[in-house]
Amino acid sequence: MKLSLRLASLLAPIFALFVAFGLSITILYLIGEDPFETFTLMYDYGKTGKSIVSILNRSVPLYISAVAVAVGFKMGLFNIGVESQYLLGALLSAALGAAVALPSALHISLIIFVAVLSSATWAGIAGYLKVKKGVHEVISTIMLNYIGTGIIAYLLANIFFEKVELSTTAPQTNLLSESARIPSLNKIFGIEDLPNLHGFLIGAFIIGFIYYWIVWKTSLGFDLRATGSSPMAAKFSGANPARLTILAMMISGGFAGLVGMAPLTGYFFKYTTDFPSGLGFAGIAVALLGRNHPIGMAFGAILLSFLERSAQILDLYGVPKEIEKIMQAVIIFTVVISYEVVSRYVTNKQIKDASKVDRND
Amino acid sequence: MTLAIKLSNISKSFPGVKANDDISLNIKQGTIHAIVGENGAGKSTLMKILYGMQKQDSGSINIFSEQVKFLSPKDAISKGIGMVHQHFMLADNLSVFESIVLGIDKASLKKMNKSKYRKEIDAITDKYSMPLETASMIDELGVGEKQRVEIIKVLFRGAKILILDEPTAVLVPQEVKELFSNLKQLKDSGVTILFISHKLDEVLEIADEISVMRAGKYIDTVQANNVSKIELAEMMIGENLPSPPKRENKPREENALSVEDITSTTVDGKKAFKNINFSIKQGEIVGIAGVEGNGQRELAESILGVFPIEKGKITLNNQEINLLNTRERREFGISFIPEDRQSQGLLMDVSLSENMILGRQSTSAYKSKYSNIIYSQANQDSQLVIENYDVRTPGNKTLALALSGGNQQKFVVGRELEDNPKLLIASQPTRGIDIGAQSLIWNKLRDARDSGLGVLLISADLDELIGLSDRIHVIYEGEFVKEINPQDATPELLGGYMTGLKS
Repeated sequence: MKLSLRLASLLAPIFALFVAFGLSITILYLIGEDPFETFTLMYDYGKTGKSIVSILNRSVPLYISAVAVAVGFKMGLFNIGVESQYLLGALLSAALGAAVALPSALHISLIIFVAVLSSATWAGIAGYLKVKKGVHEVISTIMLNYIGTGIIAYLLANIFFEKVELSTTAPQTNLLSESARIPSLNKIFGIEDLPNLHGFLIGAFIIGFIYYWIVWKTSLGFDLRATGSSPMAAKFSGANPARLTILAMMISGGFAGLVGMAPLTGYFFKYTTDFPSGLGFAGIAVALLGRNHPIGMAFGAILLSFLERSAQILDLYGVPKEIEKIMQAVIIFTVVISYEVVSRYVTNKQIKDASKVDRND
Repeated sequence: MTLAIKLSNISKSFPGVKANDDISLNIKQGTIHAIVGENGAGKSTLMKILYGMQKQDSGSINIFSEQVKFLSPKDAISKGIGMVHQHFMLADNLSVFESIVLGIDKASLKKMNKSKYRKEIDAITDKYSMPLETASMIDELGVGEKQRVEIIKVLFRGAKILILDEPTAVLVPQEVKELFSNLKQLKDSGVTILFISHKLDEVLEIADEISVMRAGKYIDTVQANNVSKIELAEMMIGENLPSPPKRENKPREENALSVEDITSTTVDGKKAFKNINFSIKQGEIVGIAGVEGNGQRELAESILGVFPIEKGKITLNNQEINLLNTRERREFGISFIPEDRQSQGLLMDVSLSENMILGRQSTSAYKSKYSNIIYSQANQDSQLVIENYDVRTPGNKTLALALSGGNQQKFVVGRELEDNPKLLIASQPTRGIDIGAQSLIWNKLRDARDSGLGVLLISADLDELIGLSDRIHVIYEGEFVKEINPQDATPELLGGYMTGLKS
């Protein structure tokens, strides 16, 4: 009878997924495709070993991006600037990483450190503007995305790009040496016959844990959450809103800096114009799906990656694979709505229960 | 004389509070009728009901002898009621003309008949001699002019009854004068005006009749020309509320808090308080009496470190704390019961257990070697507070927002006292809560005092102040004007100093 908030927030997304599934079937039916066949195709393709590796590889940066967004959400800050934050961090760390020669552990650490630091600084600008000039972070991070894109293009084309041969057309940084590359996990799992499972997967676990630790286990995290819940109450409890705003933006940016590390140290080994982009925005959706919860967001990242991967098979069978985008959107809608419905239900129930106790005494 | 408004037996409750308790009120047409009462007396709720923003639990409303049921302000407007809110509802980037006609037409593609509206607005401004440059942009206007736009906007919609919520709060004296002459003009043309305020001087100047509300109840209606300010103050503050019985007390020798010559200015350059000197001994409750808005809130917040001071010295247990921030002051032993528990004292969407941590997240109370926040400890402590302070809740996992006001407040008081503080600042510790919770909190405050705690008590409830305090300072316009021994104090005496009648 007692429906706890925790249980409800677990049931909500599952219920939502069923609704989303139903809606997707309807849409497929309406466009004249066989829903059952489509899902079978997707499922069969998505469960192959190759696909699973690919899904996990996609999930890692997506998850980290969601973590970056979630840090802001927890304090009521909307960091839309993860996109330029991670790209800038990736570019700078790629350029520096290619310029030095160090023992492997040190080399990788340096690259990650530079990425985190530069992304955090970039995000910190938005925090500073909010505190000192009252600029809303949504506006400033969107602006910083544009500025960041410009800076990246300039740096890449004019500073970091050394044309070795005339035939090299796409601007890019030099390749990272072996010592800066994180080895794949295939050996450990005994799956040498499959494509590379990137080693940064372990990094994602660590990042999720650090996120959890900061937000739920430190007094800083308590301040963040308290400010997100009630800025005034947080202030009266001793939190310093100005300092927190800048710090939260920088932590969010710091996590953003890690987004590019999976592709950079795992398979790209350089920054080029076709370095994976868009992860910053996709992270917002994953954070919403996972309700800023470290494990919830992991499921969200895997789910979206699964859809993306498994939809690739559809083209071969003449089903428009754009159906995958529609399914993504439907899932995000239903999940967000069902969270809201459930939290209202639980709140009302709690009020009722509390007033019963009050009267009975 | 016909009645413009007749309210019969209006009641309205919110969880834990009876905001309006069986209120009946008659307002004559073509008069200025003031409603006075302290903050929390229920004036705003009553006006919101009258304007259709909230629905009464019971009771009826008659407008010009016709019984009405309002579901939204739209209904109220259609019956000729208009409201000018304390905070203006104007958009800076519209012109005066646009602001006035905004929302008049149903959204359609048809061209708006601007010249017709212009003529109507001119007719109104002429009739009531309230000149207005309709082409100006709102953000070019001064506060007084913005208010005039709001009034004309309401008249343009055909209002015959005008509700003004604390209209003078934002005005400088000259603007107040101008507003009053406009209001008189409106009255002479037959408009009925409801004037909500707690500034007694102004009310006596402008109103024909004055109704007094206190703690959600209607007290009385009097003619403005045969009532004195002191009589009004007495009615407003009241004597029939329960009051804490006195108890013998001997404060200790050592100071818990001493404040020397502190001064502070608000953002808009007004002095919040100036040259304040006082001390609180360990085991002593020092009360501060004042009409709201005279600097007592800022004073309390400046001792906690939330509000900055310009000069002076604050000493806690013989150690200067001027340079400490709020967090450090809390760690050093200042507890704080804020005047608004819901926005300042609790995280409403969070469990009681986690709320237990609020204010102590940086202390060693919930710290272990590996984590700064130990939830199991917070669980235990919150359970203790729930038991010791009779917080009625299904459990400590219940969200703060689910509790009634009295239970929320008991929890806040418990949390702030269980920490063994050196100083407690209690701002309106029993405002808007039921009598049971009130007496429990009084007892807990006194027990803490008896065991050596220094308490700074700020309250609008004068009986509470007199009953609990060992000494009372009266604050008026940011300055301490009088120290009174509670043995000799009565609400009337305090009221005199609080309103500046005595000095």
